[in-house]
Amino acid sequence: MTPLDWLTQLLEMLAALAAAPLFVGWINQCRAWLQNRSAPSILQPYRAIRKLFYKDAVLATHASSFFRVAPYVVFGAMVGAAAVIPSVSTRLPFSNAADAIALVGLFATARVFISLAAMDVGTAFGSLGARREMLVGFLAEPALLMVIFVASLISASTALPAISEGLATRTLALYPSLAFTGVAFVLVLLAENARIPVDNPATHLELTMIHEAMLLEYSARHLALMEWAAALKLFNYACIGFALFLPWGLATGDSPNPGTLLASIPVLAGKLAIAGAALAVIETVSAKLRVFRAPEFLATAFLLAVLGLLVHLLLGA
Amino acid sequence: MSNSSIDLQLLNAFASLLLLLSFAMLSQRRIVTMVKLLAMQGMLLGLATLLLAVRTGQNHLYISAALTLSLKALFMPWVLHRLIKRLGVYWDSEPLLNITVTMLAGLLIVIFSFGLAQPIAEFANTATRSAIGIAVAVVLLAFLTMITRGKAMSQVVGFLSMENGLFFGAMSASYGMPMIIELGVALDVLVAMLVLGVFFFQIREQFDSLDLHHLEKLREEK
Amino acid sequence: MEFLALLVAPILGAVILAFFGARRFAPEANVAISVVTFAAACALTVRVISEGSITAANEQFFIDPFNVFLVTLTAFVSLNTSLFSRPYMRIEREHGRVNSAQSRLYHSMYQLFIAAMLIALTTNNMGLMWVAMEAATLSTVLLVTLYRTPSSLEAGWKYFILCGVGIAQALFGTILLYVAAESVLGAEGMSALLWTHLNGVKGQLEPAVLSLAFVFLLVGYGTKVGLAPLHNWLPDAHAEGPTPISAVLSGLLLNVAIYAVVRCKVLVEGSLKSDLPSQMLMGFGLLSVVLAAFFLWRQRDIKRLLAYSSIEHMGIIAFAFGMGGAVANFAALLHMTVHSLTKSAIFFAVGHAAQKSGTQIMDDIRGLLTLSPTVGWGLMLGTLAILGMPPFGVFASEFLILTTAMQQQPWATPILLMALGVAFAAIFGRVQPMVFGETTAKRLPHPPALLPVFAHLALVLMLGLYIPSYLADWYRLAARLIAGQ
Repeated sequence: MTPLDWLTQLLEMLAALAAAPLFVGWINQCRAWLQNRSAPSILQPYRAIRKLFYKDAVLATHASSFFRVAPYVVFGAMVGAAAVIPSVSTRLPFSNAADAIALVGLFATARVFISLAAMDVGTAFGSLGARREMLVGFLAEPALLMVIFVASLISASTALPAISEGLATRTLALYPSLAFTGVAFVLVLLAENARIPVDNPATHLELTMIHEAMLLEYSARHLALMEWAAALKLFNYACIGFALFLPWGLATGDSPNPGTLLASIPVLAGKLAIAGAALAVIETVSAKLRVFRAPEFLATAFLLAVLGLLVHLLLGA
Repeated sequence: MSNSSIDLQLLNAFASLLLLLSFAMLSQRRIVTMVKLLAMQGMLLGLATLLLAVRTGQNHLYISAALTLSLKALFMPWVLHRLIKRLGVYWDSEPLLNITVTMLAGLLIVIFSFGLAQPIAEFANTATRSAIGIAVAVVLLAFLTMITRGKAMSQVVGFLSMENGLFFGAMSASYGMPMIIELGVALDVLVAMLVLGVFFFQIREQFDSLDLHHLEKLREEK
Repeated sequence: MEFLALLVAPILGAVILAFFGARRFAPEANVAISVVTFAAACALTVRVISEGSITAANEQFFIDPFNVFLVTLTAFVSLNTSLFSRPYMRIEREHGRVNSAQSRLYHSMYQLFIAAMLIALTTNNMGLMWVAMEAATLSTVLLVTLYRTPSSLEAGWKYFILCGVGIAQALFGTILLYVAAESVLGAEGMSALLWTHLNGVKGQLEPAVLSLAFVFLLVGYGTKVGLAPLHNWLPDAHAEGPTPISAVLSGLLLNVAIYAVVRCKVLVEGSLKSDLPSQMLMGFGLLSVVLAAFFLWRQRDIKRLLAYSSIEHMGIIAFAFGMGGAVANFAALLHMTVHSLTKSAIFFAVGHAAQKSGTQIMDDIRGLLTLSPTVGWGLMLGTLAILGMPPFGVFASEFLILTTAMQQQPWATPILLMALGVAFAAIFGRVQPMVFGETTAKRLPHPPALLPVFAHLALVLMLGLYIPSYLADWYRLAARLIAGQ
């Protein structure tokens, strides 16, 4: 590993931290346009986070120290995840530390902490949100793992950089298995990031909310970290998707090359712009599912991923 | 990795889509949509046959493809649509089992049928032999669809989907049966549709509904 | 020539009756067509006996001692059934249970059904056999629902769906058979589906594929045989359709289905060189016998009772074919013959009895002997015959099967004996009060057709006392053929 690789690693993490709220802002802007509303500024999430950091934190009297630690852990887990995912280059020193399966574990850690913290205060909404979050999680995680398995089977590795490098350099062919898992991944992404068919990030309706219910007791810097972590999570998922299904344009190869590295940044920005717009379209055209239907939604994702796996095993494609 | 030709890749893609459609049918609540899915399945089957005909240059496959496209993709769905309209059975057919459970059962079935097809696939000498497992899976999934529905119409859709799977199996294992047999099978399926049509009207006349729960009187306790 | 007449007569008959099936002379026309078919079958038999196996229509059809005897049996029973249905359908029309359209449907479909069975029996092409079996199912579905009552619709629906699914499995089995044969015989022409060709190369067929094919074929055609646990359609279809149809379903269709299974078994056994097909047949057979014996106790409807009895006998036949060997096959063939004759005779008698009493519920049918001694005695004798009482033919075949079982599969003998005992008690206990005792029923306007009943029973009696040497030779030939020698 050369110093340039470490520089790349640092750059990538910083880029993730900076770009994540921007990505959320872009999605919100697209959604507003699609719904014929006047759009908020793309920088709105930054403003919200900054505003929250200036405020004084209010803690419930029953809150334990766990409640205060949780936002840092969740945020840390997301930054760690961002360090492993090859969003601009596949030469990442940190990525040796965790393969794709550990990455799923990292997301699971964040989920456990956020859910425990939500139950810590003991309000009804917190427990309700935590319960729903766990329901979604226990269905979404196997699906995500299956998606990753298919990609690893094709490229014979579980490390994300190796997977995307393998997929980017293969001969172009029809892969029905990748198509199935791609759809499955989008479904998982929607469910895990509290997007519309499963959850609606923009409302606080007790009957339907999942993610928001868990954050109700947080304020100020804790809330800011949680919101930022949520944005990072969405950004991370998008980057996993790019790594698995659209690996072209990444800086690959054995020797560090500043040229390709620089070229890959606009490519990433372009992919994010398209993905954000697509996400906004999905959220606009689909209706929110009843919470009881969420398991079905995720079962579909799991099913598609397993089908992809089976089809790959059977047809070798 | 996969350096096979583009038409084989297309065939594999068709096979996977057939499987996906079977699952879609399994999870579908609305009968009209089920019929549409059936038509899509027939269409895919026809296209796959056509592709195979081009690939192998066997004349009888062209006829088979034309037959499949006209019968399975157009005529039968049309008849079913008309029947639905005439009988007014638009209602949703809620499966007897929870959909998630059904899906998981379906997955197990797919694994089972892939295992089942293994010896055949090893033996067959067609380029499409790996798709035999998918054909078996489509047959068994259609069977599951029939078991989990209480409505006559959905059972018929399942039945026809099973027929599709069998056709696909014959095609991928041996590029289709001899022409006369295929014609005979097609004729039988057509007559079956006719008999069913008559049957539906009789059931409807008697019960004012096509719900098969009415048809559970003949038990041994009687 | 004879062969052409055999197939053309019922098909042409079906077309004619589709137009004129409601006329006054339709039942007689039905009989006349059946007579022609039977005459052709007899002529064909004579020819096969004198000349040996023959093929026709570019080897698509093939007649050997095994199927020619079933052809004759089919033609004979269908002739007698048409005789029986003549007064039966007249009465049904006068009672208003059947209108003119239904009468047309009935007569036309009856002939079509016979034609489909004859094609299934005589074809050499496994694919064509499948098509004919499916056609036989389809032609009887609408006959089962002839009365349009809720329960008959239910029976028809079950029949259609279960047999449809079953026969789809058989199609898959046929496809697998074709796949296995194609690599040996080549895809050109129809060779890879012709039974005679397959039989010639059966040692070279891939065993793994063939064993899988046999599972599908057995499940598929086994559904039509009524082997447990796929027998659900059979009692309903038998009980709800018109009685002549019950008679041919039970007496003929089940035979044809088991014929298809046996044809497949010969091929698969030749390829596998293991006893998997035999064991599967024995297992399904034994299960059917036991299950049917116990279900017999719960029946209240006479035709359902008889249907379960058919399942039991099909189980016995499947078991006998499963044991294999010249003697067991001989016994199975004999049992197919006598069961078919006896069961149709009982259905004829029951048809008249039910029409006289206006019900099929056994508790409501009483004193048949005082009402009509001939119907009463017909039912009684038929029941005794089907229960395996000496000196009837069923006794002879069951005795042969049991003694062979004692030698080859001793473990199965007590199970078979127990099931037969249970069945005996169940059926005899139900039928006895129906025949003897007081009556409330009225006489019918048309005299019952009793010739078929007693003709069948006389034949069964004859087969029990003495099997003519030419018939025995014929059975032996067929048995050896099935044993693959």
